[in-house]
Amino acid sequence: MNVTVTIRRRAVIADPHGATVARALADLGHTGVRSLRIDRTIHLDVDGDDPETVRGQVAAMCEQLLANPVLEDYEITVQP
Amino acid sequence: MTVAVVVFPGSNCEHDVVHALRLLGGEAELVWHRDDDLAGADAVVLPGGFAHGDALRTGAIARFSPVMTEVGRMAEAGAPVLGICNGFQVLCEAGLLPGAFIANRDLRFVCAMVDVEVTDTGTILTAGASEGRRLRIPLNSYEGNWVDPTRRGRVVMRYTDDPNGSQDRAAAVANAAGNVVGIMPHPERAVEAIIGSEDGRILLEGFLASVPQATRA
Repeated sequence: MNVTVTIRRRAVIADPHGATVARALADLGHTGVRSLRIDRTIHLDVDGDDPETVRGQVAAMCEQLLANPVLEDYEITVQP
Repeated sequence: MTVAVVVFPGSNCEHDVVHALRLLGGEAELVWHRDDDLAGADAVVLPGGFAHGDALRTGAIARFSPVMTEVGRMAEAGAPVLGICNGFQVLCEAGLLPGAFIANRDLRFVCAMVDVEVTDTGTILTAGASEGRRLRIPLNSYEGNWVDPTRRGRVVMRYTDDPNGSQDRAAAVANAAGNVVGIMPHPERAVEAIIGSEDGRILLEGFLASVPQATRA
């Protein structure tokens, strides 16, 4: 099954890359950007046909490796 | 008194560490990350570099190397465990030190001599220095920006400047017991005047002094 994981750095943690891109947009005349954060998206194709089972497996992957619990939250979307 | 210096694929400071420790009278041996023991070593150093190419996050893959089980056991048993630069990042990912690393505030790879101040002498790295002692040692990192949202970290050395945005200007952090320490600058590259500084000696001499004498037969 196709699964998308979005790894999102928590709002209280700085995002130096996002801040730099926001400044670049302002330099290009795109004023009005109040906030810009860059997330990481991971696409997986996982064996199985039960969405909840697959979701559980991917959650275990996030807890163990894909996300850093100090910095990041994750959101799992299992494609129907 | 043997110090194991772990080599991950992508480590690049392991020979500097071995050279520095031997220069200061220590015994040091390289250990491959796939080894599941540390050959009876009494202390361990995780050196700098780019273990596993820093894929996903710095240290994220390295923390699962077989050797890390034994590193964790030694840390728990109170043995000296030192992570330098990338080794510090690995220790954070492994949960042996609090916090995590993100890109430097200005998105620049900082390659410079920096001044750091010892703020806590109760650790295996700083025991030989006096509080407030200033040292000049090289910093070489892109992701040296330490963050610790829980504020559990024990900051034992601080940058006198703010080269990378690190929380509380932390340059070195210890666990509560003081036997696990991570330092972002490189004391092993500051042990001979000919390469610009000898200020790393007091740290590595303190580290060697903290290594228990072997009790094995």
